[in-house]
Amino acid sequence: MIGRIHSIDTFSTLDGPGIRTVVFMQGCHLRCKYCHNPDTWELKSLSAQEYSPEELMEVIRRSKPYFIASRGGVTFSGGEPLLHDDFIKAVFLLCREENISTAIDTSLYVKPTALLKVLPLTDLVLADIKHINEEKSRCLTGMSNRLNLSNLKLINSHHIPIWIRYVIIPTWTDAIKDVEEMAAFVGGLEHIERIDLLPYHSLGKHKWDLLGLNYELNEITAPSPEALEQLKNIISAISGKPVYLK
Amino acid sequence: MQAAWSGFKAGRWMHEIDVRDFIQKNYSPYDGDSGFLTGPGEKTSLLWRKCQDLLQKERESQGVLLVDADTPISTTSHPPGYIDRELEKIVGLQTDKALKRAINVYGGLKMALNACRAYGYEPDEKLLEFFEKHRRTHNDGVFAVYTPEMRLARKVGIITGLPDSYGRGRIIGDCRRVSLYGVDFLMKAKENDRDWLNRRMTPEFIQLREDMAGQIKSLQDLKQIAKSYDYDISRPAYTAAEAVQHLYFAYLAAVKEQNGAAMSLGRVSTFLDIYLERELRLGRITENEAQELIDQLVIKLRLVRHLRTPEYSEIFAGDPNWVTESLGGSGTDGRHLVSKTSYRFLQTLKNLGAAPEPNMTILWSRNLPRKFLEFCAELSISTCALQYENDDLMRDYYGDDYGIACCVSAMRLGKETQLFGARCNLAKLLLYAINGGRDEISGQQVGVEMSVYEGDRLEFGEVMRRFKIQMEWLAELYVNTMNLIHYMHDKYAYEYVQMALHNTFVKHFMAFGIAGLSVVADSLSAIRYAKVRPIKDERGLISDFAIEGEFPKFGNDDDRVDLLAVEIIHTFIHQLKRHPAYRNAQHTLSILTITSNVMYGKHTGTTPDGRQKGEPLAPGANPLHGREEKGAIAACNSVAKLPYEDARDGISFTFSTVPEALGKSKEERVNNLLALLEGYFVQDAHHMNVNVLNVETLKEAMEHPEKYPDLTIRVSGYAVHFTKLNREQQEEIIMRTFYRRM
Repeated sequence: MIGRIHSIDTFSTLDGPGIRTVVFMQGCHLRCKYCHNPDTWELKSLSAQEYSPEELMEVIRRSKPYFIASRGGVTFSGGEPLLHDDFIKAVFLLCREENISTAIDTSLYVKPTALLKVLPLTDLVLADIKHINEEKSRCLTGMSNRLNLSNLKLINSHHIPIWIRYVIIPTWTDAIKDVEEMAAFVGGLEHIERIDLLPYHSLGKHKWDLLGLNYELNEITAPSPEALEQLKNIISAISGKPVYLK
Repeated sequence: MQAAWSGFKAGRWMHEIDVRDFIQKNYSPYDGDSGFLTGPGEKTSLLWRKCQDLLQKERESQGVLLVDADTPISTTSHPPGYIDRELEKIVGLQTDKALKRAINVYGGLKMALNACRAYGYEPDEKLLEFFEKHRRTHNDGVFAVYTPEMRLARKVGIITGLPDSYGRGRIIGDCRRVSLYGVDFLMKAKENDRDWLNRRMTPEFIQLREDMAGQIKSLQDLKQIAKSYDYDISRPAYTAAEAVQHLYFAYLAAVKEQNGAAMSLGRVSTFLDIYLERELRLGRITENEAQELIDQLVIKLRLVRHLRTPEYSEIFAGDPNWVTESLGGSGTDGRHLVSKTSYRFLQTLKNLGAAPEPNMTILWSRNLPRKFLEFCAELSISTCALQYENDDLMRDYYGDDYGIACCVSAMRLGKETQLFGARCNLAKLLLYAINGGRDEISGQQVGVEMSVYEGDRLEFGEVMRRFKIQMEWLAELYVNTMNLIHYMHDKYAYEYVQMALHNTFVKHFMAFGIAGLSVVADSLSAIRYAKVRPIKDERGLISDFAIEGEFPKFGNDDDRVDLLAVEIIHTFIHQLKRHPAYRNAQHTLSILTITSNVMYGKHTGTTPDGRQKGEPLAPGANPLHGREEKGAIAACNSVAKLPYEDARDGISFTFSTVPEALGKSKEERVNNLLALLEGYFVQDAHHMNVNVLNVETLKEAMEHPEKYPDLTIRVSGYAVHFTKLNREQQEEIIMRTFYRRM
């Protein structure tokens, strides 16, 4: 069994608690207009490296002193990691044997069966909410959000802690009504522990140019600190969950 | 004696000079938090403001405010100087005015002359005449004996930065002894020791007796310094204020007598805490007053200045003194050594603002109280002024009363010294191996003569064979050069007052160094795992390489290349050890470059790893910038593999990041930073400089230095004001990997 891996970052504090090794998997079915890793989209990309679960564990294992000191662990991200559900399940089994905490950072646009395969071995799910509104979601990511939202409920029903990530893109995801609706939805799911608001940035734009892709958000600039603060307050008030800004 | 020691617990220290015993018997480990600390007192604030005005003027005068070009400095050369007697609680300046630099002639007459002229001063002719005719200086002594081979090695840049034209430093006089015992007791002890040395007149003992005669005289001079400031330090300190003042006089004497590159303070905080606790308990002083004494001591330490030549500043950028104070650590009995004064020293970063001096060094141990570590981490995140070193590792070698000299070099206080030796350029040596000992830039034959590498592909076994031959040559040259330099330094610029504050019989370390480790490791990796084709130029020398294929690079936690770095260190130290060192010194090695990685890079041609001619080498033990592909932990792990056993003069690693990369809240950032340190140190890594800074801030500071006069950043083992570095050095720092997620 092989996993196609885009890259590995051994020092992340932004993808779950403590110091984490983040494994970015290759391949994603969504086509979000603001993606800053479009080079992870193509599943068959030649620049990806192939690892067996044991080979990846060897890399992960080297961070154990830091995991122990910080209560960190491994996070699978990407791309969409759950396109590699069997691979991740195998790695998570090895992690469980060595007491290494496990997390997945997913777009939620995956088959429920893939989730179910991995959930019993997962300590934390980092889940994206791209957009609460189905139409707008289609515009933004190329796909409907119905599957995503039902997957979120599925994870919640398995009592697994969830951290939500919501990217604030001016004019696309910051309409107050939408934000309020999103916050209410999130407030209704018991196991969501926090919401991280990520302000839009265009640092990944050069990758679009390199890949010959058409970047449509050229006119959009990063949201202002005041706007972010306002949204944070709204979401916090309505969802009742802690909200963090970058 | 007894009155001064009232309240102190008895021990060996009362009959013999044993500061460690005094500390172990009397200190109070502190497990609480920083809540007891106070802000600066009024006098301190006013005094510091006056100093800041002076510092501003200094910045505006090309970095040198005033020079005394007439009076060569010694312990007793200058009358007392004050900034403002009303405001100063701790007194004493090197000359008669703050920030006024004096010439130190004993290190080198020519240097003193050049340094003066560089800033528009002309030294007294009679002075020059006297020294030319009557008194050889260290620099002259060295150059009288340097062989053509040594001169050539210096010129081409295979060994440079040696203390042949400036004070070697790396000696820490145990200034605590002056507070605890008073100078008369110390003088008596030296005289007793000398009396025992009257039976054997071998060169070694003759030298020792002469040194001691000088040491005893210097103690008289030390008393004289204090007397000129109306202090009697013949007897022990009675009060906490006296303890601080007397200790400072001892340090001041050292920086009057010597202009060593590194004039470190030692490990004074927990020692001073004993005096402060005694008085706090008796209600004789308040916490405010205790903090004031430390604030005022630190103000004085920040004003230490030496007159340097421009060449010196190229290697040691930013006016560093390495007034290193070692804080914390653990005792061999299991109690940690953090006291309230450890906190008070760190508090000066808040009370007086961040600064590179004193060089605050946290001796990390698993034992340290969590609250203390959190306080340190918070300071690291807001000031970049701290470095961390692994006490759990060093304690096995040096016990629990050692100090760090300069950046990363440990030794037992009052019992051991270091004979400083800068560093050699191993990246260039690798090119010598490929070019048959010929310098790739000048074309001269410098190393062992061999054929230039033939063949269209560099073969690992053959390159290593050649490299080891060149290393052998370099090791012998390096040891011989160092023996020469330190012989002369002892002869012409001996550190009398600092050695007077050492035991009579001391152990010496001869501290060698390596620059370019990661470039060498990556180059050997490329040769082994990829295809490297050498390209000759018109001179028939190999000055470029064509690399085909991938190869693992140092900094990615990959044993294939990391263990190559380990092997090089292991090989080189053993080659050095084959050659006897002056005064029977023990050979040690550091992986440390200060800012000279930029300068050495300029003197090094294109290397087989793809680094281009003239580009900087990595600082210390860092991976070359841009080569870490797996993030900070992988880089830390690579560095952690480097063996301290073989590199006991220290292994320097600089970690730079932005606050956002450490977490989202202050609490997360503190916890993650401490976890990073813990994960790193439990693997027996040695040292970490921690810079938490924004690249944007640095870029702005480059363009508008006047906006950022206090911006402190850590560079390969010391902290420096960013705006004091030259443009090249600044750009190199920015280019270096900043760990951040996009």
